[in-house]
Amino acid sequence: MALTYVSNLLRHEGDPHVIETGPSSLSSLDRMARLLGWFSVGLGLMELVAPGRVTRALGIEGSERFVQACGLREIGSGLLCLSVDKELGLWSRVAGDALDLTSLLPPMTGDNPQRDNAQLAAMIVAGITLLDVLTAKGLRQQHKEGDGMRRDYSTRSGFPQGLAKAKGAVRALRQPMQGRDLRVH
Amino acid sequence: MKALVWHGKEDIRCDTVSDPEILEPRDAIVKVTSCAICGSDLHLFHNFVPAMMPGDIMGHEAIGEVVEVGSGMNGRLRKGERVVVPFTIICGECEQCLRGNFSVCERTNRNKHLAEKVFGHTTAGLFGYTHLTGGYPGVQAEYVRVPFADTTHVKVPDSLSDDQALFLSDILPTGWQAAVHCDIEPNDTVAIWGCGPVGQMAIRSAILLGARQVVAIDRLSDRLSMAEASGAIPINFEQESVIGRLLDLTEGKGPEKCIDCVGMESHVSFSQPDTVYDRAKQMFMLENDRPHVLREMIYVCRPAGIISVPGVYSGFSDKVPLGMAMNKGLTFRMGQTHVHRWTDDLIHHIEEGLLDPSFVITHMAGLEDGPEMYRLFRDKQDSCIKVVLKS
Repeated sequence: MALTYVSNLLRHEGDPHVIETGPSSLSSLDRMARLLGWFSVGLGLMELVAPGRVTRALGIEGSERFVQACGLREIGSGLLCLSVDKELGLWSRVAGDALDLTSLLPPMTGDNPQRDNAQLAAMIVAGITLLDVLTAKGLRQQHKEGDGMRRDYSTRSGFPQGLAKAKGAVRALRQPMQGRDLRVH
Repeated sequence: MKALVWHGKEDIRCDTVSDPEILEPRDAIVKVTSCAICGSDLHLFHNFVPAMMPGDIMGHEAIGEVVEVGSGMNGRLRKGERVVVPFTIICGECEQCLRGNFSVCERTNRNKHLAEKVFGHTTAGLFGYTHLTGGYPGVQAEYVRVPFADTTHVKVPDSLSDDQALFLSDILPTGWQAAVHCDIEPNDTVAIWGCGPVGQMAIRSAILLGARQVVAIDRLSDRLSMAEASGAIPINFEQESVIGRLLDLTEGKGPEKCIDCVGMESHVSFSQPDTVYDRAKQMFMLENDRPHVLREMIYVCRPAGIISVPGVYSGFSDKVPLGMAMNKGLTFRMGQTHVHRWTDDLIHHIEEGLLDPSFVITHMAGLEDGPEMYRLFRDKQDSCIKVVLKS
């Protein structure tokens, strides 16, 4: 609504402007996918720009390049989630989540002083993975084309007098209105 | 009043907006009785065409009744008259209008400076189709202000119902122009990619104009069944090779005439790797359009043939084989529809009973159901081909 308010200021004078907004074509699942997309982009940017903070928090110093690569992957998944191919984006997030969980296994064990952080991170990733899967499955259900249940429109020819009469009925076109002054009807 | 308003990608809402007003002497206010969702509205729904702003009213296909006119009408349009509101706004006086090139009217785009920067020259103002074409509020609303109404409107004879006349606003003349652009001769094979609403109209037009055979290409059985109903030969591109079948149907020579009713959003499939490539580039803003159909048409079209493009393209397309097109001597014809060039003829054909465009309507709903209808139409659910919204 805030953006609509700004664009109303830029609108041509006298054009209708929004007074009250109504229900949207976006479903709650679409919105969730969008939220996860922005989350991905944000997380990805953080991993890309400040990988040291991540590695220190998880006790995996020296893996900064790997964290930056994960950041790039997150941004890619995020952009996919924000696009019209959001389901693909969510599944790419699930794949990324699996990779993250695998990467978190070593720091969660042994004598890593940050293993509590790593365990917490793994729990959060597991929770978000579940959310990704549920959202992706829900979207697939919501947007599927319904194959196998398609109607048959074979009676809709559009030719009231039949195909035989229609075929070639309009070969000679009248001249288009070139040069005609439309103000004189 | 109620209107369907664009708020962002995939976000259309049925909002309460302020009523339109007469702003210029040649304006009229039309009470919309029926409007439709066009396939090209989906490009805006997906935010593939730039220059939409949150709060823009959608829609460019409508029919309604004149409820108010400006002072400069001089009797050319009166209150109470039933009119189609075509998607192009025309002045009727500029050099292009006088030549019949109404979709490139030089005066009606009020954001001419933007269009000139993007397209090199201005195009006509369009209803509900971005600020590049004037930022005019669209017609998916209870009321619409029609600028240059004395020349923009199309009067509807009493003999035509709303459902028969509504598509004079866009898809019927668009399909018709696409077929006329093909200079169809009696021995021609006309191949039409995309059996959405414009494709269906192009198929009927090609048949009326006397093509020997018309081939309809799509992947959805409902759309192909509707195409087949008019005598077209269907090709389901998910089940068979388009190129192989077209060559079979033309003794290996290819169709003389090809019509692209798909445009910038070709179906993406791993069985057509170029579509995946285009989608990836489109996502990272390295390409605007997915020109798979153009590539296929250029490849299969018979040398010295004609390629007609009513499908909407928005900007830059990659890997279009121009060398192939040039060496085969293909002719390209394209553009937004010069609606008023064709409406007299089309009204006549409908009145004669040669064509009834209402065959394409598969879903009717109220304006308040518009957001849901956008989703249904985009997802091709419930065999949706054409949605008409009644106010």
